[in-house]
Amino acid sequence: MKYLLMICGDESAEAHAMDGCGGWSEEMEARGVVEGGAGLRPPREATTVRVRDDEVLLTDGPFAETKEQIGGFVLIDCADLDEAIEIAAKHPAATYGTIEIRPVVAGPPR
Amino acid sequence: MSVAEQLDRVFREEWGQVLATLIRVTGDWEVAEECVQEAFAAALRRWPEDGVPDKPGAWLTTTARRRAIDWMRREAVGSAKLREVAVMTDPDGVAGPDGAAWPQEPASVVQDDLLRLMFTCCHPALAMETRVALTLRTLAGLTTAEIARAFLVGEDAMSKRLTRGKQKIKHAGIPYRVPPDHLLPERTPAVLAVLYLLFNEGYAATAGAELVRSGLTEEAIRLARLLVRLMPDEPEAAGLLALMLLHNARRDTRLAPDGVLVTLEDQDRSRWRLDEITEATDLLDAALQRRRPGPYQVQAAIAACHATAPTAADTDWPQIAALYGQLKQTPVVQLNRIVAIGMADGPGVGLKLLDQLHGLDGYYLVPATRADFLRRLGRATEAAAAYRAALELVKTAPEQAFLQRRLEQLSV
Repeated sequence: MKYLLMICGDESAEAHAMDGCGGWSEEMEARGVVEGGAGLRPPREATTVRVRDDEVLLTDGPFAETKEQIGGFVLIDCADLDEAIEIAAKHPAATYGTIEIRPVVAGPPR
Repeated sequence: MSVAEQLDRVFREEWGQVLATLIRVTGDWEVAEECVQEAFAAALRRWPEDGVPDKPGAWLTTTARRRAIDWMRREAVGSAKLREVAVMTDPDGVAGPDGAAWPQEPASVVQDDLLRLMFTCCHPALAMETRVALTLRTLAGLTTAEIARAFLVGEDAMSKRLTRGKQKIKHAGIPYRVPPDHLLPERTPAVLAVLYLLFNEGYAATAGAELVRSGLTEEAIRLARLLVRLMPDEPEAAGLLALMLLHNARRDTRLAPDGVLVTLEDQDRSRWRLDEITEATDLLDAALQRRRPGPYQVQAAIAACHATAPTAADTDWPQIAALYGQLKQTPVVQLNRIVAIGMADGPGVGLKLLDQLHGLDGYYLVPATRADFLRRLGRATEAAAAYRAALELVKTAPEQAFLQRRLEQLSV
């Protein structure tokens, strides 16, 4: 099963941007569960795009002004939700922010 | 017993087990449920003529498995999966619906299916109300309409809740298994919490219009018995069952004929179910000997202090206060502890502690407890004011009637 881990936090989480993952990445790479991921620049540097009536509309900032914003993401491939929960709970950001686990829609069989 | 009655009993007893096995072998909750429903429909047609088979559960599982194989052939499921569904592991099987020998899987595998189903329905990634609904539908075999009635929601809404729950299990990859040992300490309480919530939903509502909900109490006890059988080494499961039995043993005495709540102190102890109390205390004693106490064992021990006191005056309040001290100190637990201390050391001591309690604004039992302490101290005017404050907060009719009566009895 593939899951997207969305690492979320409020403004205070920015202080942790350069913390690194305290061995989490290394452990997960070694387990072979990480398919990709990155940290994100803060939402104030985001640009939101919509196309309406063939017109490209741009907004400065994130798509929703909420207290918690996505600060990073990891795509993982693991056995089941229990393993995804275990992986997410080990991430250092889980101790100060929140991590949303979203199952990825299974693609057509190849 | 008529065939219809037998079928009804078999349905209650076997539904969860047959469904649990079918979910494992098909890996699909919706298909499993359809196959089991068809198997029960087949039984309804065949048994009145052929008689009820010796092993009705095995007959139903076999029939449901055959339906599942038909479905898999139609859906062109891979042959490995097909073989798994048609697995034959025991040469001494029972005869299937068409008379051919149909071997059974080992009992341990089949029994584990129920535990798998229990843990999956109660997975903490599901919302509590979803866990409760799924448990009642799949393990207890209640219909969607019955569950909807019990929780006072529309049938459509309940149906949606069940469907969404099953879809989340499927799409989010909630595993169909008994959690491995290292996860059991955090997952077992989730199962216990669902069963206790079920029990309380039924127990809190035994009056007239809400009679349908009292069936929940029996379902909860039945499922707790099942859990104790499936997890014999888990003392908290036994603790929970003991707790339920102890509360339920007092069911005939909790309400007066006019629907007014009767307090523990005033209940007719001769009408408590002694056999159930004995079963519960035996269970609890055996659980406590494992020396792995937990909140359900402690709560059961408190309930046992009440249930085994010959009269209200014999209640071991110091012991009860000490037991409350062992529980996590939530405001409600603190309030109960204060009540016990008030009984052990006197209402004056209780009143002082009650003044220091915070975090229960709007909870009627705080002013009701204060009123009781004041009444026992002979401070009638203050007690009356506290009863009135409690009456403004109380929501259910039996409690309301009780407080009203106490207020009227004060000689103000």
